Amino acid sequence: MQKVIETLLIGLSTGSIYALMSLALVLVWRSTRVVNFAQAGQAMLSTYIGFEIASRSEIFWLGLVFAIAAGALVGAGVDYFFMRVLFKHATSGPAAVVAPVIATLGLLGLIRSIVGLTWGGEFKSIEAPASTDGFSVGDGTIPFSDLDVLIIATVSIILITVAYIFQRTNLGLALRASAYAPEIAQLAGIRTARTRTIGWSIAGAVGGVAGMLVTSNNFLSPYSLDLLLVFGFIAAVIGGLESMVGSVIGALVLGIGLTFILNYVGTSLVFIGGFSVLILVLLIKPDGIMAKGKARRA
Amino acid sequence: MESWPKARPAVRKKIAIFILIGWALLIIGDRVDELRVYQGAQVAMYTIALASIVLLTGYSGQVSLGNGAMMAVGGYGAALTLNNLGTPIWFAFLMAIVTASLFGALLGAAAARVSGPYLAGTTLALAVGLPAIANQFAFLGGEPGLFFDVGFPPERFGDEFTQYKWFFWIACFIALIALFITSNILSSRFGRTWKAIRGNSLAAELCGVHSSRMKVLAFTVSSGLAGLAGAVLAMTISLVAPGAYGLALSFALVTGAVLAGISSLPGVVLGALILVFIPEISVALADRLGDADKLNNYLPGLIVSVLLILSVIFTPNGPGENLRKHLHKKPAH
Amino acid sequence: MSGLVVNRLSVSHGAIEALRAVSFSVEVGQLAAVIGSNGAGKTTLLRALSGLNNQTSGSAQWNEREILGARPDALVRRGISHVSEGKSVIAELSVKENLILGGIWRSNKSDTSAAIAEVVELFPVLGQRMSQSADSLSGGERQMLAIGRALVSRPKLLLLDEPSLGLAPLVIEQIFATIDQLRRKLGLTVVLVEQNAMSALEIADIGIIINLGEVVASGRASELIDDPALRAAYLGY
Repeated sequence: MQKVIETLLIGLSTGSIYALMSLALVLVWRSTRVVNFAQAGQAMLSTYIGFEIASRSEIFWLGLVFAIAAGALVGAGVDYFFMRVLFKHATSGPAAVVAPVIATLGLLGLIRSIVGLTWGGEFKSIEAPASTDGFSVGDGTIPFSDLDVLIIATVSIILITVAYIFQRTNLGLALRASAYAPEIAQLAGIRTARTRTIGWSIAGAVGGVAGMLVTSNNFLSPYSLDLLLVFGFIAAVIGGLESMVGSVIGALVLGIGLTFILNYVGTSLVFIGGFSVLILVLLIKPDGIMAKGKARRA
Repeated sequence: MESWPKARPAVRKKIAIFILIGWALLIIGDRVDELRVYQGAQVAMYTIALASIVLLTGYSGQVSLGNGAMMAVGGYGAALTLNNLGTPIWFAFLMAIVTASLFGALLGAAAARVSGPYLAGTTLALAVGLPAIANQFAFLGGEPGLFFDVGFPPERFGDEFTQYKWFFWIACFIALIALFITSNILSSRFGRTWKAIRGNSLAAELCGVHSSRMKVLAFTVSSGLAGLAGAVLAMTISLVAPGAYGLALSFALVTGAVLAGISSLPGVVLGALILVFIPEISVALADRLGDADKLNNYLPGLIVSVLLILSVIFTPNGPGENLRKHLHKKPAH
Repeated sequence: MSGLVVNRLSVSHGAIEALRAVSFSVEVGQLAAVIGSNGAGKTTLLRALSGLNNQTSGSAQWNEREILGARPDALVRRGISHVSEGKSVIAELSVKENLILGGIWRSNKSDTSAAIAEVVELFPVLGQRMSQSADSLSGGERQMLAIGRALVSRPKLLLLDEPSLGLAPLVIEQIFATIDQLRRKLGLTVVLVEQNAMSALEIADIGIIINLGEVVASGRASELIDDPALRAAYLGY
C-alpha cells in the first residue's frame, strides 16, 4: 500500500513537469496551429541561462526568474524572427505542408548546437532549492521529497496563472479569438500577429520553468530535455492538442502511469510504455480523451 | 498495364543509364584513395536512406523522423540473420528489408490516421527513444551492439582489393538496384497515387483511392528502403549499435532530403554528398577556429540545422528541383 | 467630400482580378445596398474596404482619409466595422465574450461596458443569453450578435456582408428592419452587401449593382427598384 502511495506521489511530481511542457505545446498549437518542437530547444536555452545565474548567485529562485524571462524573450523572438519569415516564404509546393514541422525541428537542432558550442556537452547540475531526501514516515522513508512538493506547488501556481490569463483577461480573450478565428479577431481590432507573439512568449516562459524544474532533480545537457519534450508531446496528444486542461490531465496520468511502470516493472519499459500509450491514443481516440467528439482541426 | 508499351523504351533507357553510372563508379573506385572509397560507400548508403524519405515525405506527404529507427531495425535484422543463421550476405540484406518493412507497416498503420505534427511528434518520440529500446533487449547486444561482418573480398580480386573497396562495391551495387526499383515505383501509378494523396487526400478518396492503405504502403516501402540503408551502414562500420541510429541521424536524413528536393529522386545523390562531406568541412572549420573537441561535437549539427532551416524556408522544394528545372526541358514530375 | 468615396478601385484575389475600376460614393448617414449575383465581387469589395485584402489599386476614402492598404485593426480604430459573411461570431466563446471582443482594442474598459449595455438594449435576446456559448444561438440571434459586436466598437461606417444569408424569411424581415432602425438612430453610414436585392434596396438610399467585378448600374435605390430592365435581371420580375 505504501508503495502505491509513493508511486502515486512521485508520479504526480513527474507528471506536473510534463504538464508544463504539454501546456506550452498546446498554447502554441492553439494560437498558431504549429506544433513547436523547438520548444525543447527554447526551454533548454532558458534553462542554461537560468543555470548560469543560479550557479553564480547560488540562488535557485533567481535562476528561475531569469529562465522565465529568457524563455519569454526567446519565445517571442522565435515567433517574430523565425515563424513569420517561415510563413511568408514557404507557402506552396509539396513541401508547404511539411515545412513548418521541419522548420521547428531544424530550429531545435540549431539551438541545441548553439548551446553545445557555448556551454559544451558535459553534464551540469543545479543545486536544488529544497532537500531531495524523502519524508520519513514511521520506520521508513517515502522517496517523495521537499523538492517534489515544491515542484508540484510551483507547477500549480503556473497553471493557475496561465488559466487565469486565458480565461479571465482581455489578453487571454484576444489569444483565444486569434486562435479560433483569426479574421474575425482582426476585424474586431486585434493585432493578431502581435497577439500570437505574446502567446509564444508565454509558452516559452512556461517551458523555461519546466526545464529548470526538471533539471533541479537531474543533470543538464544539450540532450537532457529531449525526453521531456517527448513526454510533454505524448501528454498533449492524450489530452487532445486543443485542450489545455486535457493536456494537464494527460500529463498527470502519464506521469503517474510511467512511474508505476518504473517502480513495478523496471526502467526498461518506461519509454516503451510511454510510446505505447501514444500509439494507443492515436489509434483509438486521436482527438484526445478530452475531445467531446468535435472534429480535430489538423 | 495500358501504358506498358510506352514504358518499355523508357525503362530500357533507365537501365542503360544505371549501367553507365555503375561502370563509371567502378572506374572512379579504382582511381581514388581509401578515404574517398570509404566515403563513396557512405554516399551510396545515404542515397538509399534519402530515397526512403523522398518516397515517404516527398511523395506521400508524411513527415516522419522514424527512418533512422527503421535503419536500425534493418541493421539489427541483417546482423541477427548473419550471426545466428549463418546465411549468405545477400540474404542478410534481404532480411533487413523484410524486418524493417514489417515494422514500417506497423508504424504506418498507427500513423495513417494522423497527419502533420502528430505524425512528426510520434516519430520524434521513436527516434529519441530508440537507444533506450535497443539497450533493453540482451539479444540486441545492448549498448555495444552486434558485429556485422560481411567478410573479406573474394580472393580472385587480388591483394590490392581492400576491404573498403569491397564495401564500396557492395554499397554501390545495392544502391543502384534500390534506386532503380524505387524510381520505377515512384513513376508508376503508386507514385502518382501517393502524390494525389499528398496534395488533397479528400479529393483522392473521391477518386476511389484508399488513402489509408496507400499511406501504410508508403511507410512499408520507405521503411524497407531505410532498413536496407541501415544494413549498408552497419556493413561500413562492421557494427550495429544504437548510437549510430539516433536522433541526429533522423535529422540528417530529413535535412538531406529537403536539400535534395524533397520529392526529387535524382536529388538524393546531391543530398548524400552534402551529408557525407559536412563532417569533413566542419572538421576543417574546427581546425581553423580552435577548440577542436567542442566544435567537433556540435559544429556538424549546427551546419546541418542551419542548412535545413535555410532550405526549408527559401527552397522548400529543394535547390535540386530548381536546378533540374533549369537544366532540363523535361516537365517536372 | 466626407463619407465613403470609392474611385476606380480594383481588387485582386491571388491571381484573379475580382473587381475592376469600381467607383461609387456614399454620403454620411446613407445606406448603400451593393447587390449582384454570387461571385460578382461584392465580398471582395468589403474585404478591400476593411483591410483584409491589400491587393488593391485605385482609391477609397472615408471622410477624406485614404483607407486602402491599411491594416484591419487600424481601420477598426478609425471607426470602420466589417461584419463578415457567414459565421461571424466565434462559436467557442460565450455571447458576452463575443461582445467584449468588439471593444477589446479600447484601453478604456468602461466605454466598452457602456457600449455593450447599449447593444443589449437594442437586442434584448442577447442580454438573456450572455453567459451561453455563441454556439447555442439560432441563426437570427447569431446575426444579431455579429452586428452587436460590430456596434460595440462604436463605428461610423458599418460594412455588412449578406446578413440575411441562411435565415428564415421572417427573420430576414426583422434583421433588415433592425438594420434600418439602428442606422437612423445612430447616424451610421452603411454599406450593405446582399443577394436579397429587393429587401436591401427597400431600406437603402442608394444602390450599386455589380456583375463580374464591374459596376453595371448605380443610383437612387427607389429608381433602381422601378427600372424594369434591372428588375428583370436582378430582382427577378
